[in-house]
Amino acid sequence: MSLVATELTRRVDGVVHLDSVSCVLERGRFYVVVGPTLSGKTSLLHALAGLDAPDIGTITFDGADLAAVPVWSRSVSMVYQQFINYPHLTVYDNIAFPLRRRRLAHAEIESRVRAIAETVSLTPFLERLPGALSGGQQQRVALARSLVKGSDLLLLDEPLINLDYKLREQLREEFLNIFSAQSRSILVYTTAEPNEALLFGAEVLVMHEGRLLQVGSAQSVYARPATATVARIFSDPPMNLVPGSLDDAALRLGDDVRLPRPRHFGPLPPGPYVFGIHPGDIAPNPSGIAAEVELAEISGSETFLHVHHAEMRLVAHLSGVYAYALGENVQIALDGAKLFAFTPDGELAAAPTSGG
Amino acid sequence: MSALYRILKYAAILLWSAFVIAPFLWALTTSFKTANGITGGPTYIPWLQYQPSLEGWRLLFRSGGGGIQIGGPYLDSLIVTISASLISLVLGTLAAYGLSRFTFRAGFVRNADITFFFISQRIMPPVVLAIPFFLMLQFLGLLDTKFGLIIVYIALLMPIAVWVMVDFFNTVPRELDESAMLDGCSPFETFWRVILPNSKPGLVVAGLFCLIFGWNDFFFAFTLTFTQTQLLPVAIVALNSSVTPWWSLSAAALVSVAPLVAVAFVLESYLSRGNLAGAIR
Repeated sequence: MSLVATELTRRVDGVVHLDSVSCVLERGRFYVVVGPTLSGKTSLLHALAGLDAPDIGTITFDGADLAAVPVWSRSVSMVYQQFINYPHLTVYDNIAFPLRRRRLAHAEIESRVRAIAETVSLTPFLERLPGALSGGQQQRVALARSLVKGSDLLLLDEPLINLDYKLREQLREEFLNIFSAQSRSILVYTTAEPNEALLFGAEVLVMHEGRLLQVGSAQSVYARPATATVARIFSDPPMNLVPGSLDDAALRLGDDVRLPRPRHFGPLPPGPYVFGIHPGDIAPNPSGIAAEVELAEISGSETFLHVHHAEMRLVAHLSGVYAYALGENVQIALDGAKLFAFTPDGELAAAPTSGG
Repeated sequence: MSALYRILKYAAILLWSAFVIAPFLWALTTSFKTANGITGGPTYIPWLQYQPSLEGWRLLFRSGGGGIQIGGPYLDSLIVTISASLISLVLGTLAAYGLSRFTFRAGFVRNADITFFFISQRIMPPVVLAIPFFLMLQFLGLLDTKFGLIIVYIALLMPIAVWVMVDFFNTVPRELDESAMLDGCSPFETFWRVILPNSKPGLVVAGLFCLIFGWNDFFFAFTLTFTQTQLLPVAIVALNSSVTPWWSLSAAALVSVAPLVAVAFVLESYLSRGNLAGAIR
């Protein structure tokens, strides 16, 4: 019971939207497509929904080719990042809309609409028009409309991006509860935030420039990104990447930083590498390398410290609020045990042992 | 300071109102005058400055003696304008939705070319179209009939409806169409159940433009009808014999502008309810 996409390719006016994307999506599973803006996330959802036909490639569901099935006959729902509802219909009629198109019995429609409205906490607003609701409530209506059908394929295109921080957190939690109850649908959720994927603990598909770079559990992609590009996409803030080299005894970063050869690099042959380290694994430490503060952003209860040592630029993600002056000299510790090594082509060569 | 601002504001509004209303008042007073009341310089106050008379108005409803019996032409004008506007609105809205949502290709012709083709119908001076229209109606035996005029007016009004509605549909998010299709609507159901009910602002503007342009046409009504059918603008011109009866012309002007004033009030109330802008965000 699965949806299989094979070599999906789509170009619009010469611009590549999808580049030979293949994936297998299983029923009852939750997939999160992670990628920066314009990476092809929305194009992938449109292709899976049947809204845009790919130039090349096929999509089959349980073995049957979907190409000949028009959108309105498919079992697909979609929630958009804009809050899309029918402005002329009340919340009740919005949620009932897909059921009425299927000519369900009146009583059946009523009971399903009321049940789903209860799930997404919309019961008090059923007689209102969507325009009279807040953004968060409008998105709940859209979600209810997509859930009420019980589609085989439920697509959510960055549904939380237009909400404020607090509401996003709250809805994300509700989404997780609702999704875990959807045992028979395939859920595909897109986001630009890797933290969201990690929070959902879902299967992750990393996309970049229309290509699917890596598929795997959120934890495994975070622990072993296949390429330097994946490492940057699947880390917020993006992973620090510093060119350097490795010999039998030591590791060099930039011009003058020398670290002992990390044990987890194992039998890695000497040569030039690009070394990566998560911003969360860097911290000021008196025994570290000298660096100059470029910027210290404080967001909530976290501090993002941008520093540079000669040509080497690093971002440190510190939990807690710290005040740093521009141009201040700090010492930054780089823990060799947390370093990733990528070949100059960007392929993963070694990753820190998890938990280490 | 704010008092001065208020005074200036109201003065400006009063001045503008006078500027707009004066021609109507002028037409109103003139319509109650006779030749005597007009030649003696400007007069405004009835009974004191001139003797009011209903002669101008009587002429509109009388046959013979320079009268034009305005009732028939008035009804014809209403029938022709409203039918042509409604049909143009229906056809134009369907065409506009297609042009806005679907991709058409015929050789080098694309959607934008087709849209321009519709709009370009209005670039030509009417006189260029008059002879072809005349010959076509003659061939169909529809000269001097309301039905013939309705067909011609559809050709003139539909481009306006297409133009307004293409613009409007382009502002309606495509995600709305996509949602409807994902919820089980065929393309026509999508249009009928979701897009059309949310298009009132565009339909009102397009419909009013059609009514106004149709109602105000003189040229085609003049060239394509003779005796059996006579629209209001042509009938009014018939008042103009050897002596111009300014009093009757004024009365006719007031009568013919009345429906447009009513339309303007409808539009205004629609505007003030905030329905015209931002129905879909």
